[in-house]
Amino acid sequence: MTKRTILKDPYNIIITGVGGQGNVMASRMLGSALSRKGLFVTIGETFGVSQRGGSVMSHLRVSETSAWSPQIPAGQADVVVALEPAEAVRVMAVYGNSGVKVISNTRPIYPVGVIAGDMAYPPVGKIREALLELTKDVVFVEATDEAMKMGQPILGNVIMMGALAAAGVIPFDDDDFKDVLSETIKPDRIDMNLRAFARGREMALQASRSNG
Amino acid sequence: MSYLFDEEKGARYLLMGNDAIVRGALEAGVSVASAYPGTPSSEIIENLSKASDKRNIYVEWSVNEKVALEVAFAASIAGLRSICAMKQNGVNVASDFLLHVALSGSRGGIVLVHCDDPGALSSINEGESRHFAKMIELPLLEPGDFQEALEMTRWAFELSEELGLLVMLRSVTRLSHASGNVRIGSLPGTDKTACFKYDAVPGDQASGPVVTMPVPPHHEALQRKLKKAVALFEKSPFNTYTGPEKPELLIVTCSACNLYSREAVRLLGAENRVGILKVGTTWPLPPDLIRKNLSRTDTILFVEEVLPFLEENVKILAAEMAKDIGVKTFHGKNDSTIPMTGEMTPDLVVDAIKRILKIDYAPMPETFRNKAREIAAKMAPVRDLTFCPGCPHRASFWNLHNALEIDNRRGFVCGDIGCYTLGLLPCGFSTSKTSHSMGSGIGIASGFGKLTRFGMDQPILAVCGDSTFFHAALPALVNAIHNKSDVIFVLLDNSGTAMTGFQPHPGTETDAMGGNVPPMDPAALCRSLGATVQYADPFDVDATQAILLRLMEEKGARVLIMQQMCALSPEKKGKKKYRVSVDQEKCIGDRCGCSRLCTRVFRCPGLVWDADKGAAVIDEVICAGCGVCASICPAGAIVREEAV
Repeated sequence: MTKRTILKDPYNIIITGVGGQGNVMASRMLGSALSRKGLFVTIGETFGVSQRGGSVMSHLRVSETSAWSPQIPAGQADVVVALEPAEAVRVMAVYGNSGVKVISNTRPIYPVGVIAGDMAYPPVGKIREALLELTKDVVFVEATDEAMKMGQPILGNVIMMGALAAAGVIPFDDDDFKDVLSETIKPDRIDMNLRAFARGREMALQASRSNG
Repeated sequence: MSYLFDEEKGARYLLMGNDAIVRGALEAGVSVASAYPGTPSSEIIENLSKASDKRNIYVEWSVNEKVALEVAFAASIAGLRSICAMKQNGVNVASDFLLHVALSGSRGGIVLVHCDDPGALSSINEGESRHFAKMIELPLLEPGDFQEALEMTRWAFELSEELGLLVMLRSVTRLSHASGNVRIGSLPGTDKTACFKYDAVPGDQASGPVVTMPVPPHHEALQRKLKKAVALFEKSPFNTYTGPEKPELLIVTCSACNLYSREAVRLLGAENRVGILKVGTTWPLPPDLIRKNLSRTDTILFVEEVLPFLEENVKILAAEMAKDIGVKTFHGKNDSTIPMTGEMTPDLVVDAIKRILKIDYAPMPETFRNKAREIAAKMAPVRDLTFCPGCPHRASFWNLHNALEIDNRRGFVCGDIGCYTLGLLPCGFSTSKTSHSMGSGIGIASGFGKLTRFGMDQPILAVCGDSTFFHAALPALVNAIHNKSDVIFVLLDNSGTAMTGFQPHPGTETDAMGGNVPPMDPAALCRSLGATVQYADPFDVDATQAILLRLMEEKGARVLIMQQMCALSPEKKGKKKYRVSVDQEKCIGDRCGCSRLCTRVFRCPGLVWDADKGAAVIDEVICAGCGVCASICPAGAIVREEAV
């Protein structure tokens, strides 16, 4: 992997999901990995009350020259990583464009209004079709389902990071992830995280191939 | 290596704005740090506490913001450097003391970091704390990026000592909670001695008693200090201009809006037409700097959050200088070019610039935008805020709501500040009917409870969390008891300051530095004040409701402590008490007659309605295993087994 190359300056990444999915953790690990390469990284996050059932979105700006605004301007996302599928759709309406790359988890987290029966949540297949109307580049990964198989649903965020690495759009690979892990989490959890990351990468590559 | 301890000057870190402030304080050799937690300021003291041992810092979570500032001030007049952090409305709480601190002056550098929350992302107000600087007459700094957050914090201590005055440093959510690359400076030694000198005459700034009387000379001294601040601000490197010598449009901005303005100008490709004056020293404003920059052009745009603070203060100077600089056209909040409420975004700045300069720009093609919006409206259902799965507050409000319904006298709950503020939303069964400042629930309830003479016969309840109890509810409870107000005070004790990340408070066994302290018992406190006190476990739905109904029959000030640990508590997290499942034989769905009580009304994110099966199901990933839903299903279809 080359030391520091980005496809566009600034390169804009949105990691979106629902409070409690490990969104902030994922954006910080990715940000640290890119920052270590000498790139300028700016991360905008919302947390606090937003964790209580709300949408949580992190904006990452990656640049070779300077810090950028912690909020990405409308229409300027380059890649959207959605830890929850409906959140991908929500993000596209504000930050999307026809060239954006979407990597989405398949497992819904139902908004409380859906649970109460006030609103409907579309089938995930329909969400996928809708996203494909907006951009050609859509990859779905069964991240939470796979994490449950590994015994820890929270690893869904790490699997999605692996899927992002597979896209090859940013200088971010297994070794980068390993370096950051060793600084941020307990040693006994590193191996599990690395496996989840590798699994995410494999699954995304498979999904991209089957997309043709 | 943690950024807290790295001695290598120039080392580069990706730091959150709050962490950059922390590093700045460490580089200034801060000795005492105090705060009451409040988003988006909490990480400042939290992270300083991690350095308390190695960097020899006394760190404290104080009972409220006023006391936090008093604690920091003591360090200052004993010759040490101190920092105090709070969210925007915390400054209101501290303001009475702040007014006197301005008059008395300080010794060791003292910095008040106040973090505003434009757009109220994690607040129930959009308070603008900068006006305190003008009203109370204190110097105000506003960092414009992450590097400045570090450097300005470090400098604020020097400035404070040079002026003999507390310095305010204002951040906002999008700086405090955003992250960027920062180069660190060096760390000083940690050997310091404290001594409060008071032998000289009152008014002797260095070694007299620290008082505000006689007031006129103290007030005059304060004004001299502010004049000195102006002179220093004229030369400050934190006020910068970028752009052409004579731009068509001058943006005057500060704080995170500096980053939005830069982004907007680049996005519009207007670098040759627009100049940006980024002001870091926003009060008192340095007039020569303003004169020089306003002279560049006749069209000015102010970009700031929340209220037009910079805008109005620059306009006053511009009026005074009109003879020299000519008449200007001003755009900003006052002429609605920039919205008066809500948080700023790069897009709002783009809109303002393109209207003023008549630039054609659309963030996305119209066809894409329409289609994307249409899809989102159809496929992305709104996510209302709700209590976490397993949250004791859901159970508490379920009990309160049901008891009030059974009592049937139009009783209600006065809400307060914490996660349980959500008690006013459907997730809390819309049980809370008022919501204001910290401790105001019981304060308002105390007033309601005295309205019986005017025929008011509704049962009055107030809720409050265990941290809020100590912060500001105690005086109001004393008031209710003393005045024989007919109120039920419900303490929602979830064993920590849950909303902001489990900071200790006087009721917990540890302090900010991890040391053991004697926990205060709210029940004993309330009893000693003269209230009757009962306990309930909100997860025991029947018993709690029975107690509530009984209490509603009684008179006077009654206290009920609902005890159950927060679902996210480090001690509880990840451990499920029960394995919960729905017996698919017993749940007969729409044929039951309960009208989907569990999902339609109880609304726990872990309990969902499976439309295909026509029955409720537990979402294993989300369910926290509290087992409360098993108590509410009228058909007994929700089953809980002790998890092992």
